[in-house]
Amino acid sequence: MLQIKNLHASIQDEKQKSKVILRGINLNIKPGEVHAIMGPNGSGKSTLANILAGRAGYDISQGEIIFDEKNIFTLAPEERAALGLFLAFQYPVEIPGVNNMYFLKAALNSLRKQRGLNELDAMDFLTLIKNKIKEVCLNESFLHRAVNEGFSGGEKKRNEVLQMLMLEPRLAILDETDSGLDIDALQTVAKGVNSLRSENRSFIIVTHYQRLLDYIVPDVVHVMVKGKIIKTGGKELALELEAKGYGWLEEQVVVS
Amino acid sequence: MSNAYLKEVVNKSYEYGFVTPIESDTFPPGLSEKVIRDISKQKNEPEFLLQWRLKAYEYWLTLKAPQWAHINYPEIDFQKISYYSAPKIKKNAPKSLDEVDPQLLETYKKLGIPLHEQGRLAGVAVDAVFDSVSVATTFKEKLHEAGVIFCSFSEAVQKYPDLIEKYLGTVVPYRDNFFAALNSAVFSDGSFVYIPKGVRCPMELSTYFRINAANTGQFERTLIIADENSVVSYLEGCTAPMRDENQLHAAVVELIALENAQIKYSTVQNWYPGDEEGRGGIFNFVTKRGACRGKNSKISWTQIETGSAITWKYPSVILQGENSVGEFYSVALTNHKQQADTGTKMIHIGKNSKSTIISKGISAGKGQNTYRGLVRVLPTADNARNFTQCDSLLLSDTCGAHTFPNLEIKNPTAKIEHEASTSKIGEDQLFYCQQRGLTLENAVSMIVNGFCKQVFNELPMEFAVEAQKLLEVSLEGSVG
Ligand SMILES: Nc1ncnc2c1ncn2[C@@H]1O[C@H](COP(=O)(O)OP(=O)(O)OP(=O)(O)O)[C@@H](O)[C@H]1O
Ligand SMILES: [Mg+2]
Repeated sequence: MLQIKNLHASIQDEKQKSKVILRGINLNIKPGEVHAIMGPNGSGKSTLANILAGRAGYDISQGEIIFDEKNIFTLAPEERAALGLFLAFQYPVEIPGVNNMYFLKAALNSLRKQRGLNELDAMDFLTLIKNKIKEVCLNESFLHRAVNEGFSGGEKKRNEVLQMLMLEPRLAILDETDSGLDIDALQTVAKGVNSLRSENRSFIIVTHYQRLLDYIVPDVVHVMVKGKIIKTGGKELALELEAKGYGWLEEQVVVS
Repeated sequence: MSNAYLKEVVNKSYEYGFVTPIESDTFPPGLSEKVIRDISKQKNEPEFLLQWRLKAYEYWLTLKAPQWAHINYPEIDFQKISYYSAPKIKKNAPKSLDEVDPQLLETYKKLGIPLHEQGRLAGVAVDAVFDSVSVATTFKEKLHEAGVIFCSFSEAVQKYPDLIEKYLGTVVPYRDNFFAALNSAVFSDGSFVYIPKGVRCPMELSTYFRINAANTGQFERTLIIADENSVVSYLEGCTAPMRDENQLHAAVVELIALENAQIKYSTVQNWYPGDEEGRGGIFNFVTKRGACRGKNSKISWTQIETGSAITWKYPSVILQGENSVGEFYSVALTNHKQQADTGTKMIHIGKNSKSTIISKGISAGKGQNTYRGLVRVLPTADNARNFTQCDSLLLSDTCGAHTFPNLEIKNPTAKIEHEASTSKIGEDQLFYCQQRGLTLENAVSMIVNGFCKQVFNELPMEFAVEAQKLLEVSLEGSVG
């Protein structure tokens, strides 16, 4: 489903100095798989997620991103979204004055339009969203507030999951959707993901905590350090990291 | 912010830029005492009005065009403008819609303002002003039953000269400013509204201004009087053909609210803004002012300003009555080379008078957007309150936003609050929207609409949607 080949990326900082962030990422995600990416702060996890979703501003000096056998390098973010790529943001963005439900409806219909489907009418949409919002345990009043405005940290994350449930992506990237969640919310998020899990839908789960992976059991766990994936393993790798931290891996890298 | 992210999108042209090929009686260009006498004669005006015009003209001759606003434009040659243009009609004034030239009806239909019975905007009475004259007013009978007077200014001069003489120029005297003096001398038509005591006007009133003829100025005059305990909501819309020359629009609007009366005045201004290079477009120099004369009276201005090459207007409220309330809600958008210098004055005279100012400026392209406000609290205005919020949103690196909020507080019990913000449209907001599937254009218009929400909420329902659409059109080609 998704292949990332030798991806190198850098960014221009305020002083116009080029800063290398990703140094040769390789990833291969098959349909139905759940991949977890862990790694220390600043290692480039969110950068990778942003680049996959098509955020501009990065210098991609080398590498390829193939989604469904298609190089998506030149596609705009909304075109990638139309292909079924979804990113749950580490820091969901507030859009003052824009009604949350209106936003979701516009997003869903824009995706449907790009996919050549007809738009959902108001009634069908309402029925759909009223069902989905229950799954993330948010009150319906959140539909009538402005997108993420004044939402608590946890509420924003639930709202991201709500959007994911509504848009039914083929590849969902969850960037620390578990950070800042209480225990109940963590289960809610996990339930949301698990309800979508299917043989032709894949997930990339970026997290710092092995706890989420108790609920969403990954097929593969990657460790990213300084812009490189330095170790890949099964779900037990997460447990090992929880126990030992990243130090031992970084030493291994230095040695090799 | 990486500017590469904001790409240029194709420009959609101004939708209302067509010209109606209609025969007109147009005065040759030029301004003189004779022209003013001719206008007055054409309209069969009473002597007091002619004298008033002439005094205004005399005074205007002593003035120079104001220079203080944050706008740049070539000097206007007032002798090159024609001061009167009216579509030729068989009789003096059409008695019913059937007598209105079908060309005109067609024009308003194209503008989305159907004047014919069956096609009328539900619940909205329209006065249609074409160049210098009012061509039709709808729902007259129904309003008449309620006691409401809604007609063209010219008609009011004939039918209700006493009301005109009593109120004209009492809020905006001809000595007020350069453009007000000019307007007082040469105004040709406009709308007149009188809501009698205790009457809640049964429908929205609306005037639609259309400039058609070339090289003519439009100088209309609107006078709205809300007598004690009455309520009225009024909406003004305007468009003009696309032309390479600039055209002058210098209107005066006077509102008078007596005890417990409420006037809500909304404007959706969409004069031709000129092209991307700044060629053509309307110079919009307008004086709008309301007087809250009575206790507990309220005047509320809402304006959506998207058109005109230059906008110069400061809808203001004089809060004379005790507990009177003044409000100003504004969205001003400047794209390409448009310039807007707009804001409000709230003059607190009465005790416990209250004012609210919400201004949203959006600048795109090379647009320049200025908020200029004055809150003046006189010594008599115990416990006066004002809340001002000015927000600016920038959509490009080449546009500008400026705010000049002025305060003159002469009473220590006054409570004044001011909030201001300037932000560039957020790259993360755009990316968030696009990631969810919205196109860049839709993302921009969604964010901008959200930014304007507080003001749109103040518009009458029928027009809120229109205003949103207008903003979308005006924004096309603005991202970059
Ligand atoms: N726009 C930018 N300008 C300058 N530096 C940046 C920019 N974006 C990212 N970086 C830097 O790139 C590195 C990787 O950032 P990224 O957000 O991808 O890390 P992360 O792995 O997601 O970290 P965390 O676990 O803390 O979320 C960091 O050092 C960060 O400061
Ligand atoms: Mg991160």
